[in-house]
Amino acid sequence: MQTQATTFPRRLLEHARERPGHSAYREKYLGIWQSWTWAQVNDEVRALACGLAALGFERGMRLAIIGDNRPRLYWSMLAAQCLGGVPVPLYQDAPAADMAYVLENAGIHFAIVEDQEQVDKLLELQALYPGITQIVFDDERGMRHYRQPGLMSFSRLQEAGRAWDSAHPGFYDAAIEAGQGSDHAVILYTSGTTGKPKGVCQTHTALLAAGSGGVAFEKLTERENVLSYLPMAWVGDCLFSFAQALVAGFTVNCPESGETVMTDLREIGPTYYFAPPRIFENMLTQVMIRMEDAGTIKRAMFHRFMAVARRCGADLLDGRPVPLGDRLAYALGQVLVYGPLKNVLGFSRVKVAYTAGAAIGPDLFRFYRSIGVNLKQFYGSTETCAYICLQPDGQIKFDSVGMPAPGVDVRLAENGEVLVKSPTLMEGYYQRPDATAEAIDAQGFFHTGDAGVFDTDGHLRIIDRAADVGKLNHGAIFAPNYIENKLKFFPFIKEAVAFGDGRDMVCAFLNIDLEAVGNWAERRGLAYSGYTDLAAHEQTYALMQECVEQVNADLAGEALMGHTQIHRFLVLHKELDPDDDELTRTRKVRRKFIADKYAVLIDALYGGKASQFITTQVKFEDGRSGVVSADVRIADCRTFPVVTNAAA
Amino acid sequence: MQMNEPDVHFHGGRATGPVILDLRHISLSFGGVKALTDISFDVRQHEIRAIIGPNGAGKSSMLNVINGVYRPQQGEIIYRGQHRKNMDCYGAAKSGIARTFQNIALFKGMTVLDNIMTGRNLKMTSNFLLQALYWGPARREEIAHRRKCEEIIDFLEIQHIRKTPVGRLPYGLQKRVELGRALAAEPEILLLDEPMAGMNVEEKQDMCRFILDVNDQFGTTIVLIEHDMGVVMDISDRVVVLDYGCKIGDGTPDEVRANPDVIRAYLGDAGGH
Repeated sequence: MQTQATTFPRRLLEHARERPGHSAYREKYLGIWQSWTWAQVNDEVRALACGLAALGFERGMRLAIIGDNRPRLYWSMLAAQCLGGVPVPLYQDAPAADMAYVLENAGIHFAIVEDQEQVDKLLELQALYPGITQIVFDDERGMRHYRQPGLMSFSRLQEAGRAWDSAHPGFYDAAIEAGQGSDHAVILYTSGTTGKPKGVCQTHTALLAAGSGGVAFEKLTERENVLSYLPMAWVGDCLFSFAQALVAGFTVNCPESGETVMTDLREIGPTYYFAPPRIFENMLTQVMIRMEDAGTIKRAMFHRFMAVARRCGADLLDGRPVPLGDRLAYALGQVLVYGPLKNVLGFSRVKVAYTAGAAIGPDLFRFYRSIGVNLKQFYGSTETCAYICLQPDGQIKFDSVGMPAPGVDVRLAENGEVLVKSPTLMEGYYQRPDATAEAIDAQGFFHTGDAGVFDTDGHLRIIDRAADVGKLNHGAIFAPNYIENKLKFFPFIKEAVAFGDGRDMVCAFLNIDLEAVGNWAERRGLAYSGYTDLAAHEQTYALMQECVEQVNADLAGEALMGHTQIHRFLVLHKELDPDDDELTRTRKVRRKFIADKYAVLIDALYGGKASQFITTQVKFEDGRSGVVSADVRIADCRTFPVVTNAAA
Repeated sequence: MQMNEPDVHFHGGRATGPVILDLRHISLSFGGVKALTDISFDVRQHEIRAIIGPNGAGKSSMLNVINGVYRPQQGEIIYRGQHRKNMDCYGAAKSGIARTFQNIALFKGMTVLDNIMTGRNLKMTSNFLLQALYWGPARREEIAHRRKCEEIIDFLEIQHIRKTPVGRLPYGLQKRVELGRALAAEPEILLLDEPMAGMNVEEKQDMCRFILDVNDQFGTTIVLIEHDMGVVMDISDRVVVLDYGCKIGDGTPDEVRANPDVIRAYLGDAGGH
């Protein structure tokens, strides 16, 4: 997909000219998929941009965009860009205080939000940050009694825009014409694993480069369909649902609501799909739970053909030679099992599916590839427009993130940190020259903060955050993420936190997966009243112990990691939650925070105690808080002798 | 996408209209058991009117009198200016009174959408044969009704269970579906029999919001029975208090709260519930 356009608004005009009748956006409303063609989108964006101009939105200003994935919010991004402004999508479930920080940091006066909930939040935080003066809302439900100044519905804004447009002919085209590739296209705030969020400024040139790179690499066309359901504030969505969609001109489908994503996925049948490993994992768990409940014949058929798929499915997908017998068995399985299964999951038409953001379990990865879903991993960060490494077709490995993408220069620092130089690299953090100088060195290399190694084929393997990599007292390298990921590959374990830096041995906190363990408990007739009860159950501990010991056996086989086997563990009495600040919004563990919060438990782990009483504050979704307390049991587990000659 | 609200008369704030339902000296007995004794109260247009009282006070009987399930031995009902000795169920439904039940009365094997569609039954005019063939006017009619149902589904935020059989849903959602079915009839008066019984705090909050939204956006008059005093006092305009089939209080939540008879019968001895 070649394009001469140097900004996204120019690209929009190209689409409106070249494929005016092609569906650009779809959204399900009142049970029916509504669609907008590129020509219609251009009209909508035009009215919106003019409306913003009428309100006084000027070149260089920032526009906050808050809400679920809605076509109107994507258009808002384009409208801001048309005027030379910068859209700043925010996480829609962030609490008001977090939002206030970002709004203040980016100096935002205008916001376009989805609904009453977000309006209420912004009105509430006007006390913290009075700078927000104009709020535009999409969904008018419940808004009729609002009389606050500076509040306006999306439709009224567009009406005002149409009036402005006819009063200022040529304004829209001139505004787009004035845009430069070096203008900021978007500011995305990092999730803030460490410290306050930082605004990553991406230019049109960089974001377009990332978009075109991905489109060319996967040979995407305007005929693709994606389902956009991940937070708009997240770089992945910005790349897949915005940058690539505008480069290739394909159709972005917005689900009806957060709860209907799986149904919508099945109805749309996307050809191009992205999900973090967690979602692939949930899907597989759902399939497995339902197969457990299926009839004997169906279950036998499923397991039989899944064995065939495991044997040859991935090879068939990669185009490697497969014996005729297996080919025939696989073809039969395609009709009886894989086809219907993919249909249920909404993967019937998937050309390529991506996952990133966290490590994916080998079983999980193989499962999808074996049933013919071309699942790949990539590696990137907000600062590089999520574009560093990609996996080429036919060279897919579950433990690597692939080779450096075209145009990207990847090197490893002495401490193993991955360094990147690329045209998609950010211009800098918004008004944070200090942080920018820290992240990008004099040679123009961005320090990702991830520790990685290149394997013999030149594929990059990420082992942990460089900052998290520590040492045990006896000198062995301790990569907590590496261990945690191995634990989390078990469907029963939802979260894990490993400790060991500066200690004699490795210990871990676990969170059970309530759905998977709950189902497992149900089949065994174990009664439990809720998470805390099930987590403390003796049989749950036995199950967890099995998992941990399997990880230990696995670690023992690796010379580098063998000395970091888990000696003791406990199952936390509550689920780690972003609302309690234990996880980031993208569900990454906040290691230091957890270590401080649960210091008594850590002392108990290393102090040799058999159990520890703890009381913890929890925040509920509606903002109220309560208390959970429990006597948390601590279990010891078996470790295995390290195989030292496995260094090769 | 803009929310298309059904034809709504906008009544801002909490202003209520004239009396549309007036119950005068209603007495109802089953054999020797006196369920209701000489009860009079009225319901104004667009208000939320609560009926409260301890168990066995006659609350559900009162609702059943209003929509014609029970025929009172004495008293009269004036609905929209028409005097009646008693209502009949069909007539009540036809004239704009819809209700939900204390024990959910949905069609368990049917989907949420189909259940809500049954609420449109009285609005359907094409004949059975055309409906069966899904042809001509019946088809147009069905599409219009489906749209109405979809608006209700959107309003109640139950899109994700649209095609799920009702029997598979948790209790709180079934209650919501039942509300949806009642709304599908586009009632003038909505009778809710313990809409929040058996719900957790969050579900109750949701239900409160839906009741207030129905009242606000569709202008529907609501008569509800509820046990949760917090909820009743929060959302009602006026409250009738029954005890052993007699009316012992009637007024705004504050008046009722201060009424010594009510405190003794309900709020006081019952353990401050």
